[in-house]
Amino acid sequence: MSVDTKTVARIAHLARIAVEEERLEPMTAELNGILDWIEQLSEVDTDGVEPMTSAVDTKLHWRDDVVNDGDKADEILKNAPKAEYGFFAVPKVIE
Amino acid sequence: MTDKNLTRLTIAEARDGLQKGDFTARELTEAHISEVEAARKLNAYVTETPELALAMADKADARLKAGDAAKLTGIPLAIKDLYCTKDVRTTAGSKMLENFVPTYESTVTQNLFDDGAVMLGKVNMDEFAMGSSNETSFYGNTINPWKAEGSDKELVPGGSSGGSVSAVAAFTAMGATASDTGGSIRQPASFTGLVGLKPTYGRCSRWGMVAFASSLDQAGPVARTVRDTAIMMESMASYDIKDSTSVDRPVPDYEKALTGDIRGMKIGIPKEYRIDGMPDEIEKLWQQGIEWLKAAGAEIVDISLPHTKYALPAYYIVAPAEASSNLARYDGVRYTMRKEVPGGLQEMYEATRAEGFGKEVQRRIMIGTYVLSAGYYDAYYLKAQKVRTRIAEDFEKAYEKVDAILTPSCPSAAFPVGEKSNDPIAMYLNDIFTVTANMAGLPGISIPAGLDHQGLPLGLQILGPAFGEETILKVAGVMEDAAGFTATANAWWKE
Amino acid sequence: MSDMIKTGIIKGATGDWEMVMGLEVHAQVTSNAKLFSGSSTEFGSEPNSNVSLVDAAMPGMLPVINGECVRQAVRTGLALGAQINKYSVFDRKNYFYQDLPQGYQISQFKQPVVGEGIIRLDMEDGSVRDIGVERIHLEQDAGKSLHDQDPHYTFVDLNRSGVALMEIVSKPDLRTPEEAGNYVKKLRSILRYIGSCDGNMEEGSMRADVNVSVRRKGEPFGTRCELKNMNSVRFIIQAICYEAQRQVDILEAGGTIDQETRLFDANKGETRSMRSKEEAHDYRYFPDPDLLPLEFDDAFIEKCRESLPELPDEKKDRLMNELGLSAYNASVIVADKENADYYDALLAALVKGTGKSQKELAQQASNWMTSDLFGALNKASKNISHSPVSPEAGAELLGLVVDGTISGRIAKDVFEEMFESGKGAAAIVEEKGLKQVSDTGAIEAIVDDIITNNPGQVEQYRSGKDKLFGFFVGQTMKATQGKANPAVVNEILRKKLDG
Ligand SMILES: [Mg+2]
Ligand SMILES: [Zn+2]
Repeated sequence: MSVDTKTVARIAHLARIAVEEERLEPMTAELNGILDWIEQLSEVDTDGVEPMTSAVDTKLHWRDDVVNDGDKADEILKNAPKAEYGFFAVPKVIE
Repeated sequence: MTDKNLTRLTIAEARDGLQKGDFTARELTEAHISEVEAARKLNAYVTETPELALAMADKADARLKAGDAAKLTGIPLAIKDLYCTKDVRTTAGSKMLENFVPTYESTVTQNLFDDGAVMLGKVNMDEFAMGSSNETSFYGNTINPWKAEGSDKELVPGGSSGGSVSAVAAFTAMGATASDTGGSIRQPASFTGLVGLKPTYGRCSRWGMVAFASSLDQAGPVARTVRDTAIMMESMASYDIKDSTSVDRPVPDYEKALTGDIRGMKIGIPKEYRIDGMPDEIEKLWQQGIEWLKAAGAEIVDISLPHTKYALPAYYIVAPAEASSNLARYDGVRYTMRKEVPGGLQEMYEATRAEGFGKEVQRRIMIGTYVLSAGYYDAYYLKAQKVRTRIAEDFEKAYEKVDAILTPSCPSAAFPVGEKSNDPIAMYLNDIFTVTANMAGLPGISIPAGLDHQGLPLGLQILGPAFGEETILKVAGVMEDAAGFTATANAWWKE
Repeated sequence: MSDMIKTGIIKGATGDWEMVMGLEVHAQVTSNAKLFSGSSTEFGSEPNSNVSLVDAAMPGMLPVINGECVRQAVRTGLALGAQINKYSVFDRKNYFYQDLPQGYQISQFKQPVVGEGIIRLDMEDGSVRDIGVERIHLEQDAGKSLHDQDPHYTFVDLNRSGVALMEIVSKPDLRTPEEAGNYVKKLRSILRYIGSCDGNMEEGSMRADVNVSVRRKGEPFGTRCELKNMNSVRFIIQAICYEAQRQVDILEAGGTIDQETRLFDANKGETRSMRSKEEAHDYRYFPDPDLLPLEFDDAFIEKCRESLPELPDEKKDRLMNELGLSAYNASVIVADKENADYYDALLAALVKGTGKSQKELAQQASNWMTSDLFGALNKASKNISHSPVSPEAGAELLGLVVDGTISGRIAKDVFEEMFESGKGAAAIVEEKGLKQVSDTGAIEAIVDDIITNNPGQVEQYRSGKDKLFGFFVGQTMKATQGKANPAVVNEILRKKLDG
């Protein structure tokens, strides 16, 4: 499978990374290089093989329904590039 | 004792010296702080924290005096800048977190500090741990303290834990935290003549560690000896209810595992690790390792891990896929960096992420986004996770017959800065021997075994079954003794 | 339009069109803490105060599942008779949005915790309709955005970020707007019965996404549009009618329907396209590597089952079959948890007060509640939970009727007074001297007077005009201001007139 510049532009948008027009071409070539190399996986017979769902053989730990966190708006907002009145502020969104 | 001598001690020696009162934690820390300052050419530290280090050292001295010292009390360490440290800037090597100051302490660093360890500073790494040469950091390349004989070329320290190994190999810290997603502890340890242990997935908590690929990331130590590595490991490991993938299992006394007795142990030699184009001297070193093990009374068993070759391409689906999602949170809203541009929210996202992420990180996010996108999930991600099952099965079968596995750590010694940075796949191939353990979630350790023809260190890797850290540490200890590796980098950075 | 609501049929220029609806209801799980963190789920707190480092997606933060949320999802599944999956998986749904700090929502995609179930609807005509439930999965809620606080910025509050939601997805089994409305009401009622969601639609504890399409009867499903985030039954019905009509208009004009997400504007009564959400419809789901599969055993499921109260359908059956209530009364009583609770308390107090059996009292209590009490509440626009007459007060009143202290007629007046003043029934009866007169002598005297004063009517009655009996009863009651015991009055009248 290989990608074209249009696909790369779509992927970049999905990933929310601005890519300048002139970078699309080289980026496409790079990605195709990697995808070609990955292609060797098709040699592996995985019929009837379950995908690995977890790298550990253990059970999910369940937390009790207890409030023991929060009440730290200052910490939450501390590193925000812009915060106002206790809110995060982002460029205006029109819905 | 002179400062220089203090920094040449192992952790085990320093611990004994501190407890006997031969020197104080403050003296030990001061000696290291001056080495940190003297080694700035290596660019190992992104953030130096000398004042904090001295304050921690004083606390350690008080503990030592009070007789309630733990194994690491007063031991100066370097902390990979992937671990969130409370009130100390944590960058993960990225511009995205240039001014990010966590309000919390990662579990691993908290464990170390609870045991009295002293933090000298935060050390450099490939951006978000994506790289094998420490050339993708926003904070510049970290340089390997080692140089080839007769050459002045700067070499890479390996990656992504490049700052960790450079700091320890240059005697600016006695040990360092590192992390290993595809080989990021073992490959740089191999490139710098150090010991690096990647534990079983779930052995160390990932809480507070900036995530790269969640199902593969694992914290671990680098140090100058197997014993030091065991000491650090014991402190770093814990069961943590804040990490759902952490395993509830008591942490053994790893130092006790170093009995030196491997008689009757079965060590597997996987034929698939003999790859085309691997330098003869690595093959030779591997043979040498086998001889050492035989001499120590181990039984050598030929084994097969048939899916070895597919681990790396599968990794380059799984890791970028998880990374593309883990790194979505860096969107210009919460962690200081935001690129202000005309337009709305989407434009801000795109501009922030284009500027905040370096080229390699962008490349991996793109691959990860693509392989998860509609219509490709089964062909890529699902396939890779099935291949992962195959790889894990290979190991399971092997460990029915053997106790541990011996392989080279890397297909080459450290290479010059810039040599592979424009060829992603050549760079990725650095991890070909290490990545299998990550894919299967198993432990592995790299120990320095010899020097190549240029006088550069080469490592051998011992792999073990899940939670077989004691086994591989034991084997590593025996090999360390046999190898008698004492070479160190000459301190050119001080000139 | 009211026709369309009941029939689900739109009479187009080219013939009839049938509506097809499916609902995705997001119900906030009743829990103290969030789905994957220990911060509070409380509503209406200071911005970003109920937020942990996990909810704000700080680097290195990891999710840990709240067992109570799992329990509530399983209980909900059991209440819908649904399949419970002992093995399910949390996935990441990846998209960028200002109120989604992780850049993904942890949800369940391929393997949800609850599979297929059924919701039984009681239609107004007394019939029932079974609507299929496709699945229930657990997922995180997003934060909240405020767009009107600043000319240049949108403000984001993460208090809701990470709150546990159950997404309850129906099959496309709904055929009329009325059914869709009833479905939401019934689901809400079940959730409130079992306490897995408070069902508060105004506060957003329950929101519905409605998928609407139209087709010619018997043809395959048409292309659907999704109406997002509806938070009232009335709006759901309005929006479906508008949307179905819009689709019919397009189709009859020879157009085609674009599958898209639309927003209902309640002020204009219209739906409009939401392109912003549509743009990147590629969520790149994959299993969340920070979590392991969600697993539990049969014992856990059994414990969940044991914790379930009597559910509305069971209760209705019991009220009808064991206590003899009419289908109408039974369904009105079980429709809301408050109604049911009120009725249970009323009946219990009445049994206690009179010493009679439930069965003897059930019908009378239900009649009083569904007519007198509901009538008064309706008139006063009051909710049953704010009724000025408590179940115990109601039982006191009915007890007076049962033991013959007052007549049913007088009871109505006493109730009116109770409803207004909040006074107790016995006190009112006492105060106003409304006690029923059962004294045979006194009533006999009055009856004698009436017979003497109305010779013509007596004559007519005795010559066969039976209907006039009512006239004598009325006169007697009038003379006693309604306080005479009707049974005694009847008996004496019969004796004197017939005898
Ligand atoms: Mg939905
Ligand atoms: Zn949902």
